[in-house]
Amino acid sequence: MKGTAVIELENVAYSYGGGELLSDLSLSLSPGSFHFLTGPSGAGKTTLLKLCYGALVPTSGQVRLFGQDRRTMERDDIAMARRRIGVVHQDCKFLDHLSVSDNIALPLMVSGRDLLNEGANLKELTGWVGLRERAGALPPELSGGERQRAALARAVIMSPDVVLADEPTGNVDWEMSQRLLRLLIELNHMGKTIMIATHDLALIRAAKSQVQARVLRIASRRLHLAGADL
Amino acid sequence: MKIELSPVTEFLLADAQADRVVPPTGFTAWLTLFSAAAMGFLAVFALALSLATGRLADRWGNELARSSTIRISAPEGQMAAQTEAALRLLETTAGVASARALSSEEEAALLAPWFGPDLPIDTLPIPQLIEVVEEGAGFDAEGLRLRLAAEVPGAVLDDHTRWRRPLVRAAERLRLLGWLSLVLIGAAVAAMITLAANAALAANSQLIGVLRLVGARDTFIARAFVRRFTLRALGGAALGVVLGCLAVLILPGAEAEGGFLTGLGFQGWHWLWPLVIPPLAAMVAFFATRMAAHKTLKDMP
Repeated sequence: MKGTAVIELENVAYSYGGGELLSDLSLSLSPGSFHFLTGPSGAGKTTLLKLCYGALVPTSGQVRLFGQDRRTMERDDIAMARRRIGVVHQDCKFLDHLSVSDNIALPLMVSGRDLLNEGANLKELTGWVGLRERAGALPPELSGGERQRAALARAVIMSPDVVLADEPTGNVDWEMSQRLLRLLIELNHMGKTIMIATHDLALIRAAKSQVQARVLRIASRRLHLAGADL
Repeated sequence: MKIELSPVTEFLLADAQADRVVPPTGFTAWLTLFSAAAMGFLAVFALALSLATGRLADRWGNELARSSTIRISAPEGQMAAQTEAALRLLETTAGVASARALSSEEEAALLAPWFGPDLPIDTLPIPQLIEVVEEGAGFDAEGLRLRLAAEVPGAVLDDHTRWRRPLVRAAERLRLLGWLSLVLIGAAVAAMITLAANAALAANSQLIGVLRLVGARDTFIARAFVRRFTLRALGGAALGVVLGCLAVLILPGAEAEGGFLTGLGFQGWHWLWPLVIPPLAAMVAFFATRMAAHKTLKDMP
């Protein structure tokens, strides 16, 4: 498994505020795989995702991003790794002084790509998430669903190898959550590795009929493979 | 092949995309602009002080060092004879370029600041003054004193050393104080810019978090802040320098009787010196913000 997985966690523990939040946790995300991460609120889903994109350093154990040990990675290495990992947060943080289109293009800007050459891709992507008409709007003017779709577009504009989504359907209605799920499944069909943290079991059931997904559950600080009850 | 650019080159080339990611307004923008303008204004005065005291020290050190005075105090009947004897003696003294007795009008002019213009000088026992101008390595003061004592008993040689030295020393201290003020102003600019940059970075911590999340390197984020603060410091200092120069311009002119205070200002090409202040302020801001930004970013995930 070592060397082939895009993101790998090996016997990882993470402590915060004196208490251990995650313990002896191992996980391997192979290229093109689809994962759901579930568990009760406060179980550590967001923490696990943060470990996966290098925002947190494990207390013990090893996290490897594209084969590189997180502990030995320089800050620039982490920045480069994040260009290969698209992250969608539940609260969808944007730069409020930039338009939706510019926010979606933000990963291109920070990586020094010429936006003039990327114009067609940006337009196509904005259309793919159904925000072409809202491209010039400012983020505070968007609805919850529009923000989620803009965040997804931003996460995938660099054509990353992995997309990590933290409760991407938390603030949207059922119809919108299905639309977002279809977009993520479509990305998976393009070969992207997807991991979605959610407590929405209905969403997981809906996805399982469309894609081969592994469902992982965090319980008692450990990661378990969820059974057929889902 | 990737070309590595120095931070200054990167700054000069500018990155429009990095510029756009930081919101254009904010309290720190005005704080930086005002601080830089105030410091630019003060720097003009510190510079003017340094240059004026420099000129003064040079004048006292060079011009006055080239001249001496012989004072002759003698009974009225002997004054002319002793003056004549002193002038003859000076003509044969090596290192003396010229020597002349001051006229009664010149002596009256010297006393006028203390006694007024209507002083009846002829009725007072005023000593006769002889102005001596040196040449080459100057004369042997001790030898001249001995010869005067022998030939002109009422003559006293004053080579200005006694009062010139402390004045030159004072002027040099003032010049040093001026330069020290400039250094302190530079340090104060660096401190204020650092505080303002830290405040801006703290206020934009969410923005920095988003940029890090999408793969921005620290240099990209730092550059956006560094460029903004540097340009603000440059603009503010330029404004302060213009105001400072106007203030120096409207100072009273350097009248001869005004002495040092009215001579505070720039002369000739020294007016170009204030042009150095804005680029220096920008340079200080560049390094202060760069250091602050990299230090702050290092503590962020």
